[in-house]
Amino acid sequence: MKTFDYARADSPEAATREGGEKVRFIAGGTNLLDLMKLQVETPEKLIDITRLDLNEVEDTDEGGLRIGALVPNADLAAHPRVVKDYEVLSRALLAGASGQLRNKASTGGNLLQRTRCYYFYDTAVACNKREPGSGCPARDGFNRIHAVLGTSDKCIATHPGDMPVAMRALDAVIVTLKPDGDKRRISIHDFYRLPGDTPEIETVLESGELITHVELPAPPKGKQTYRKVRDRASYAFALVSVAAIVAVEDGKITNAQLGFGGLGPMPWRDATAEEMLVGKAPGKAAFEAAADALLADAQGFGSNDFKIPLARRTLIAVLRELTGVTA
Amino acid sequence: MHFTINGQKYEADVDVRTSLLDLLREHLGLTGSKKGCDHGQCGACTVLVNGRRINSCLTLAVMHEDDEVTTIEGLGTPDKLHPLQAAFVKHDGFQCGYCTPGQICSAAGMLDEAKKGWPSHVSERLEGEVELTDAEISERMSGNLCRCSAYPNIVDAIREVAGEDA
Repeated sequence: MKTFDYARADSPEAATREGGEKVRFIAGGTNLLDLMKLQVETPEKLIDITRLDLNEVEDTDEGGLRIGALVPNADLAAHPRVVKDYEVLSRALLAGASGQLRNKASTGGNLLQRTRCYYFYDTAVACNKREPGSGCPARDGFNRIHAVLGTSDKCIATHPGDMPVAMRALDAVIVTLKPDGDKRRISIHDFYRLPGDTPEIETVLESGELITHVELPAPPKGKQTYRKVRDRASYAFALVSVAAIVAVEDGKITNAQLGFGGLGPMPWRDATAEEMLVGKAPGKAAFEAAADALLADAQGFGSNDFKIPLARRTLIAVLRELTGVTA
Repeated sequence: MHFTINGQKYEADVDVRTSLLDLLREHLGLTGSKKGCDHGQCGACTVLVNGRRINSCLTLAVMHEDDEVTTIEGLGTPDKLHPLQAAFVKHDGFQCGYCTPGQICSAAGMLDEAKKGWPSHVSERLEGEVELTDAEISERMSGNLCRCSAYPNIVDAIREVAGEDA
């Protein structure tokens, strides 16, 4: 590990003022320290934000939840309101990592988790995300875990998270503080960036900007679930995952909110796929139309071609489960 | 810097890069916690910080100055084994033993989580009391690998202690 300066922040404002291009905030550290050991991340300074007062989960006036950025994944998964009203979020959190990691990993940090692309992790080879302009060996290399949606010539890495997939389905809002004291409320739909020509830039966060909270709107209508397909039954990243909230009233689907993991460079959401469901009778025709819409532009790179039919079948299985319609 | 490990105060001057695990093993001589992968994948380094199980390899010592750290050395002694230690011996929950301190610290943290009613990935219902079935124990312990594959006996040992606690 390259050495760095270490400072403990005593307020969010002080933390942001210390921020900068070569500075990282550290909370759980479970991803950042892993990457620093491998010298994929080489910050000049770490700002320890673990003593900040961002540990609360509170009800909002609108009936939603305001989650402090430092709330550990384990606590959020077991929080009474999350368990009761946001099952998809609890299930997504519980499907991620291990008990030890969930005790450490924070809400804010989990949003910023980096890809597990083998080439990103290997400093001996090229990677446009790690070293802009150096190339992408994944396109013609080992790409079984890579993305099939939203890729670019420069990068085909996936976002590895589970929690953010559920938060995307739930229309979460990310609240931040900037060094000039401005607070921003960023919809999760605008928070992540596609790789394009700059895969090293993953979010719209600016230098020194600190995530302080994540807000969830009032609980959505319908049943919720999170289905994760992976190589092991536990403690593995998703090949494909689906976060789903679906309501059926009087024989028609009245709400469909779908998030997808393992498919794209960001937690994925597709309004067209949801439009194929809302107003329709639950059943094979609507489910297949939603899957067709989701995967219309999907592109495999050889070893990950299987993700396209796997995503289709996983989505349809989840829709059957939530609507109870299997025909 | 000051650290509190197993109720005892220690002073150590460490580089900022020092992991909590390296502090324990290399600076304080507490070699019970093991270094397996050093990347949070194997669980051999599991310790309890303020009662919660974490991977000590994936956190910096400097971040834990005010915390209470409990390692395998603080759970039991050769003369007075922790119930989990006794159960691992009784059920033959290890072969080479390298993963065992991490398994036992993790199990201690896990039993507390279950008592608090925390659900898991395999829980059908997210609310209510947790019944530690074999599937629940396996899922909740998935962050601890055993290359000797003593898993069935590890589950037996933990199930027995979980039953005594209930």
